[in-house]
Amino acid sequence: MSKYYLNYLDELESEAIFILREVWAQFENPVIMFSGGKDSILVTHLAKKAFYPAKIPFPLMHVDTGHNFPETIQFRDDVIEDLGVKLIIGSVQESIDDGRVAEEKGKNATRNALQITTLLDAIESNKIDCAIGGGRRDEEKARAKERFFSHRDDFGQWDPKNQRPELWNIFNGKHFEGEHFRAFPISNWTEMDVWNYIKRENIAIPSLYFAHEREVVWRQDTWIPNSEFLILEDHEEVVTKKIRFRTLGDITITGGDESEADTLEKIATEVAGMRNTERGNRSDDKRSESAMEDRKRQGYF
Amino acid sequence: MLDNNQLLRFTTAGSVDDGKSTLIGRLLYDSKSIFEDQLEAITNTSKKKGHKGVDLALFTDGLKDEREQGITIDVAYRYFTTPKRKFIIADTPGHIQYTRNMVTGASTANVATILIDARHGVIEQTKRHAFIASLLQIPHIIVCVNKMDLVDYSEKVYNDIVRQFEDISSKMLVTDVRFIPMSALDGDNVVNKSTNMPWYQGAPMLHTLETMHISSDINKVDARFPVQTVLRPQSEGFIDYRGYAGRVASGIFRKGDDITVMPSGFTSKIKSIDTLDAALEEAHAPMSVSITLEDDIDISRGDMIVRSNNKPEASQDIEVMLCWLNNDSAKPRAKYTIKHTSNDQKAMIKEVVYKYNINTLERVNDDKELNMNDICKVKIRTTKPLMVDAYRENRTTGSIILVDDATNETVAAGMIV
Repeated sequence: MSKYYLNYLDELESEAIFILREVWAQFENPVIMFSGGKDSILVTHLAKKAFYPAKIPFPLMHVDTGHNFPETIQFRDDVIEDLGVKLIIGSVQESIDDGRVAEEKGKNATRNALQITTLLDAIESNKIDCAIGGGRRDEEKARAKERFFSHRDDFGQWDPKNQRPELWNIFNGKHFEGEHFRAFPISNWTEMDVWNYIKRENIAIPSLYFAHEREVVWRQDTWIPNSEFLILEDHEEVVTKKIRFRTLGDITITGGDESEADTLEKIATEVAGMRNTERGNRSDDKRSESAMEDRKRQGYF
Repeated sequence: MLDNNQLLRFTTAGSVDDGKSTLIGRLLYDSKSIFEDQLEAITNTSKKKGHKGVDLALFTDGLKDEREQGITIDVAYRYFTTPKRKFIIADTPGHIQYTRNMVTGASTANVATILIDARHGVIEQTKRHAFIASLLQIPHIIVCVNKMDLVDYSEKVYNDIVRQFEDISSKMLVTDVRFIPMSALDGDNVVNKSTNMPWYQGAPMLHTLETMHISSDINKVDARFPVQTVLRPQSEGFIDYRGYAGRVASGIFRKGDDITVMPSGFTSKIKSIDTLDAALEEAHAPMSVSITLEDDIDISRGDMIVRSNNKPEASQDIEVMLCWLNNDSAKPRAKYTIKHTSNDQKAMIKEVVYKYNINTLERVNDDKELNMNDICKVKIRTTKPLMVDAYRENRTTGSIILVDDATNETVAAGMIV
């Protein structure tokens, strides 16, 4: 080797590995928040690298809204088996059954906001002191100010105006009993970086990301997948389209784009030419200008 | 993007009035890094606020409070990519009360961009920004002389400002300074070369950022490897494996190198340098790897592996340029947790030697109180030795933070003198 610098993907990878190792060293009981989406898959892949040749030394945690794509759940179970790590499931359905939260009403009802309670309950009952997430600063304006190590008070809340300064590569995870942290190893990655890296490393991702035929309904400027949870309006029509999903969330709120991209190569090319942000298809972010900031303050991912 | 494309981190210091947000908006817009839905959102807001055209500055608005007050409070990170490089912008507020955020943004930057309003020339704020850039040893500075459209693109105005800036920077520790006359509002010399200033022979800002040599910014001489954690898989094939996980802070480590573990002083040789992808012959900064040694010695987090012929200083008494970051002032002789690489120790501020008046850059000897945003030279005593290098030699092993044990908050950041 003649050059002594890293290319941008190697530098991002090295930074993320460093963060993951810091989490493991500074916390008693961390978990990776695993949704089955590409960002949490990427974080898990990086964790594999961070601890090799040892196994990932902490569990994965899935907040299960019950409104899943079946493909996502299958994928999740395959990943767990492959890694040989423990899976913790926080169930929104259980939170509803226990009366901790109430289901939203109406055709645009989602379980998105309900996840906050389930997540915080799971963090508390499993005594988790650091939940590692796949959040990226390029996703949304409130996330642009997020720290790698992000403090949450004992109510699980984020206080954006009172964040700990983060300098150089020194991370302060000190906390009191009952408080926890969120850690974001891929803060500095953009959507394009994620796809270029997935392509380079040939990381397995759910089939939903690739163009496929699916029954969908046109709603809020995007193709919402037909599912048992979808309440159709009279004027709405279920059609079959070749689509792919750019992000994966609940099946009720995740819109797809019409696409022919059925390989990682084609997806990377497609993403490079995209003229809209990836969260533009997420109705949870469309609710208001500060929808993400408000949810994050309460303890959202 | 090509395989060897590098990552460049730069910081922007300035206030709304200097056109800082407009400059960032312009960089992103002209490099086609703004998405249509984002553009639509700021076009709508521009209309609502009664602006003429699209106010690109709105693109950098972040938190609710910031949008309401029209200012940047916290460091915001922005990203864009060109066919040549990936860029991370640490967008920091320029006002004196946010010195701590400027310091934070500057801590990881390769390049500092300092904005000057061509109508006003070098002002106190400019000095402050240059001082912080030199204090944090940002290797390169780009001085953006902005709003040239408001001074009739005058070469004389520009040359005067260059001279004024060189007057102050010559007294600081800065090596690479470049000047660019521009109008961020109209896009002159940001991404595209200006046709209004034919007298300017240099490149526009983006081209400068894309081609600047940054490979030498990392210290390649002093091999330092702070151990983050120990990997013991105890699984088949790896029963006796004991790997030291960490990120090379500086320098180069090779298989077979004679190393010393600090602070214990035990010596050994590097047996292997491992990653999931492959075992490596060598590792350089800033690679994350796992190192195994020929000998079974007791090493844990906080220890540092170094090459035996080039060791840092192990010291309990360090002199530090400290920036106080917290609302609560420092308590006299109070104890803090000091964090230095992967090493945590207890520490006490023994003495405040002097403090800087951050506007005049004069040393103040009679005020020893450490308040938020103060920058001062202090003497610190730690309970156990830290393995330190001078910050100007090594940004990783030369930096520390202080954590208040009563609140767990990060209260100060320091650069070892």
